[in-house]
Amino acid sequence: MAELPDKITRWFAAKGWSLRAHQHAMIEKAQAGRPALLIAPTGAGKTLAGFLPSLIDLMAPRPVRRLHTLYISPLKALAVDVARNLETPAAEMGLPIRIEARTGDTPASRRARQMTSPPDILLTTPEQLALMLAHSQAGKLFGSLKRLIIDEIHAVAPNKRGDLLALGLARLRALSPGLVTAGLSATVAEPDDLRRWLTGQGGCEAMADLVLAAPEEAAEPILTMLETEERLPWAGHSARHAIREIYAEIGKAKLSLVFVNTRMQAEYLFQLLWNENEAGKRIALHHGSLDVGQRRRVEAAMAAGQLDAVVCTSTLDLGIDWGDVDLVIHVGAPKGASRLLQRIGRANHRLDEPSRALLVPSNRFEVLECRAAIEAAFAKEQDAVTKRTGALDVLAQHVMGMLVAEPRSEAELLAEIRDAAPYADLSEEDFSRVLTFVIDGGYALRAYERFARVKRDKEGRLRVAHARIAQSYRMNVGTIVESTMLKVHLGKPLGHNKTVGSGKALRFGRLLGEVEEYFAEGLVPGDTFVFAGEVLKFEGLAEDRVIVSRTSARDPMVPSYAGGKFPLSTHLARRVRQMLATPKEWIALPDQVSAWLELQRQKSRLPGPEDLLVETFPRGERHYLVAYPFEGRLAHQTLGMLLTRRLERARLKPLGFVANDYALGIWMLGDVASEAKRHESFLPELFAPDMLGDDLEEWLEESALMKRSFRHCAVIAGLIERRFPGMEKKARAVTMSTDLIFDVLRRHEPDHILLKAARADAASALLDLRRLSDMLMRIRGRIMHHPLKRVSPLSVPILLEIGKEPVYGEARDAAIGEEAARLMEEIGA
Amino acid sequence: MRGAVAGAEMELAGHECRIAGLRLMLDCSGAAFLPEESMLVVADLHLEKSAALARFGQMLPPYDSLATLARLEAAVKRLRPESLVLLGDSFHRADLVPEAGSPAAMILTRLADRVRFIWITGNHDPHHPADLPGESLGHLDLGGVRLRHEPEADGRPEIVGHLHPAARLATRAGMQRRRCFLASRERLLMPAFGCLTGALDVTDRPISDLGWGVDARAYLIAREAIHPVPFHALAVRR
Repeated sequence: MAELPDKITRWFAAKGWSLRAHQHAMIEKAQAGRPALLIAPTGAGKTLAGFLPSLIDLMAPRPVRRLHTLYISPLKALAVDVARNLETPAAEMGLPIRIEARTGDTPASRRARQMTSPPDILLTTPEQLALMLAHSQAGKLFGSLKRLIIDEIHAVAPNKRGDLLALGLARLRALSPGLVTAGLSATVAEPDDLRRWLTGQGGCEAMADLVLAAPEEAAEPILTMLETEERLPWAGHSARHAIREIYAEIGKAKLSLVFVNTRMQAEYLFQLLWNENEAGKRIALHHGSLDVGQRRRVEAAMAAGQLDAVVCTSTLDLGIDWGDVDLVIHVGAPKGASRLLQRIGRANHRLDEPSRALLVPSNRFEVLECRAAIEAAFAKEQDAVTKRTGALDVLAQHVMGMLVAEPRSEAELLAEIRDAAPYADLSEEDFSRVLTFVIDGGYALRAYERFARVKRDKEGRLRVAHARIAQSYRMNVGTIVESTMLKVHLGKPLGHNKTVGSGKALRFGRLLGEVEEYFAEGLVPGDTFVFAGEVLKFEGLAEDRVIVSRTSARDPMVPSYAGGKFPLSTHLARRVRQMLATPKEWIALPDQVSAWLELQRQKSRLPGPEDLLVETFPRGERHYLVAYPFEGRLAHQTLGMLLTRRLERARLKPLGFVANDYALGIWMLGDVASEAKRHESFLPELFAPDMLGDDLEEWLEESALMKRSFRHCAVIAGLIERRFPGMEKKARAVTMSTDLIFDVLRRHEPDHILLKAARADAASALLDLRRLSDMLMRIRGRIMHHPLKRVSPLSVPILLEIGKEPVYGEARDAAIGEEAARLMEEIGA
Repeated sequence: MRGAVAGAEMELAGHECRIAGLRLMLDCSGAAFLPEESMLVVADLHLEKSAALARFGQMLPPYDSLATLARLEAAVKRLRPESLVLLGDSFHRADLVPEAGSPAAMILTRLADRVRFIWITGNHDPHHPADLPGESLGHLDLGGVRLRHEPEADGRPEIVGHLHPAARLATRAGMQRRRCFLASRERLLMPAFGCLTGALDVTDRPISDLGWGVDARAYLIAREAIHPVPFHALAVRR
């Protein structure tokens, strides 16, 4: 056992605590110079385990103060909070060290000072790390870095942000060869990928050591599902039916966190709770679109015990300790077992007391899903994170950042990049195409060699051509591409000038937060909507700000929700299918739901655990086909697009389709049931996996999804700038112009590296292709067709979503024609 | 008034309108055809915009001139005008033209064999290179109608560009935004023809403040058709 310094032993004793085994193990790993991944449940003293080796090190006298430990968290708020929480033990141990946070909200003067006179421990985010690494002083700042701690590594690693961070890590390892890394994570199903992610790959698949907190240390969570007295809705995500019951639960707890899946759901639920708030409970709202100041006030009030409940989104998902939360309410299905465990962990950060959590399904299918999630939580099952290949647009951004910092040779840069796990298998060709993209756009035409952003110096090293390039890099750093956001201000119209459009002059006041541009674009002056917990009236746009006023309207116009933003995980989907197929398990379900399933069994049949139920029935003048793959919304949308193309070719005249997490419905003019009856091979051929070949290619190139992923890649790679200095107004034109750029590029250079990056994104993130293809393989020879005379009980939820889905492609042009003709007729033209 | 109208020799996917008596066919390419004059009018090509931005480090695909001119050539082949009026801002920068021998420059050369070019100056191209085919003018008068780059408040009927109009329309497929022509009895505002040009909402002040009467129409450009919509309906409906 490593000896603990007295100061630390005394500090533990004074607190009445003892050093836990995993904390001790982390100290040993650090002292042996070994990278380590710590997996521990929330509340097991994970953060302290990460920092103890640094505190021990920093007790020894040092000749000069230099940056010793860098801590990276996916959330700004977490970095700030951990900095604050670390001050206490450091002060109590009598350590004369400086601990500082650095986020996008840190004043520029302090950020500048941190580069020249760094603290001992710096807590920051992946984006700030990228910015610091692109600084000419990066070598000096990080040259003597001893320890790097990455918190919530399971949340940051498996996405583009993780790619950027992994590249930053590789750079840090090169700058400071003595660096020891530590990753902190909640439980994950397959830790090996994370272990590799934490370590330099340098040609071999090295892995960080694994430290596990003893499982018995955590008390079992008390996990229940709300048994509503009200009628359970067929569809929708508002949980409006259960609002009184949620309010009652809040009344019984000291401090409740109410989690929902999207910002808009948070706004809506908060509004409903306030309407119900007869007892004057102190309920607050917290989500990513709210103004930072307002979020900080809510966090402070939570910590000070001045709140009874907070309605929140994933902004409060990760390990921040904001007070004595004793109840977590999860509204809507959690979509994945791991996310549920994480959110439950928000209640009671003490291991001796169990967490209490209540799941509130917002519709009938979600009841099944919540039940499955609870069972998965008891069985300690986790969703597996699939290994990812580093994105090429992120690589382009990183390469630019590296060249902004200092001139580099090509070979050295490639070796360093391959040291990062997601890029260990990067081909020379892809690297060189990314590099030529960075240099002059990488077009076959080589039209821009004269404007190259990067030039070769006499030694053959690459260096940026102007200071302007560095400035533009700094403005555009990061991998989070939100839709363009517009600021929302309280304000009033000045006078009444009755010209068309933005005729009224508007004055703006207090900032409330930001909304997505597409939402604001859809508003007409006079519309009411819920935002920042209030019903607001839209007055107009002024200089790209959304101007609103308060209104007494009780029933606001709220946009229809696109459902949860995460698709149902593979793992939970399997459980839901299993549950449906096993009637004796229905006893655990609310009566309304088991009665619904029983009715389905009588009128149609139940989907089996491994087969695919396909129902067909006529309704109105149309024929419907409903399939129940349970593979998540994204995979179903892709399937819907592809099946529609095939049905078109079969001359069945499909008119549209709708998809949710559980099922897919297509309606058409042709009689699909008789077609399936006439030809036994019709359905097997319709669902044949070869649809993922040419059909997919053809459709993808035209699709809105592809344009969306291209826009993301273009922004991340630096083809399009996020914003220009003094040109914020133009930001609104970006959506349109990236589509135009996409069209031009696709026609003239279909093999461009950014199109490759966009295709890769679309295939994994937006289409869930792997999942769809696994499903199509699984159901071969297992399609159960059930022709019906009318709608089946199980198909009701999906049919209710018809008309709420966005319309894509040429149908939009048709919609313009219809509306234009109607308007012209109205004026008698 | 609605529907396809027979042009000089063929059916056109467009829409007829009149500006101070001058008959025009609004084409879904974004060009306007004047059958009596056998003239095609396009505005705001912004050729070499990508190159202009690349100079400042934004490496947009260098195919915009080619794509824009290919569309222009297709419109010329289809509508067969004798002259072609380019209503200003034909070049994003006066000093950047498609490089000699490039595919874009070759289209310009081919077009010069088919039509007489009339280049109107704009704020982006206040003067034109001497070796361009055709003539360069500040404006062109056709009867009582003046063709110029920017709208002016001199009361003269005009055909203008400069403002890149687009209109939003609430439909069952949600809010849709398309480039458009905007026409009153006295003025036609042309959409930008260039393929990488942004657009300005017709309800934004620079356009709405020009003053448009009750019978003003926005002509939304869809893939294969032009849809007229009463101007006042664009701002006040969902």
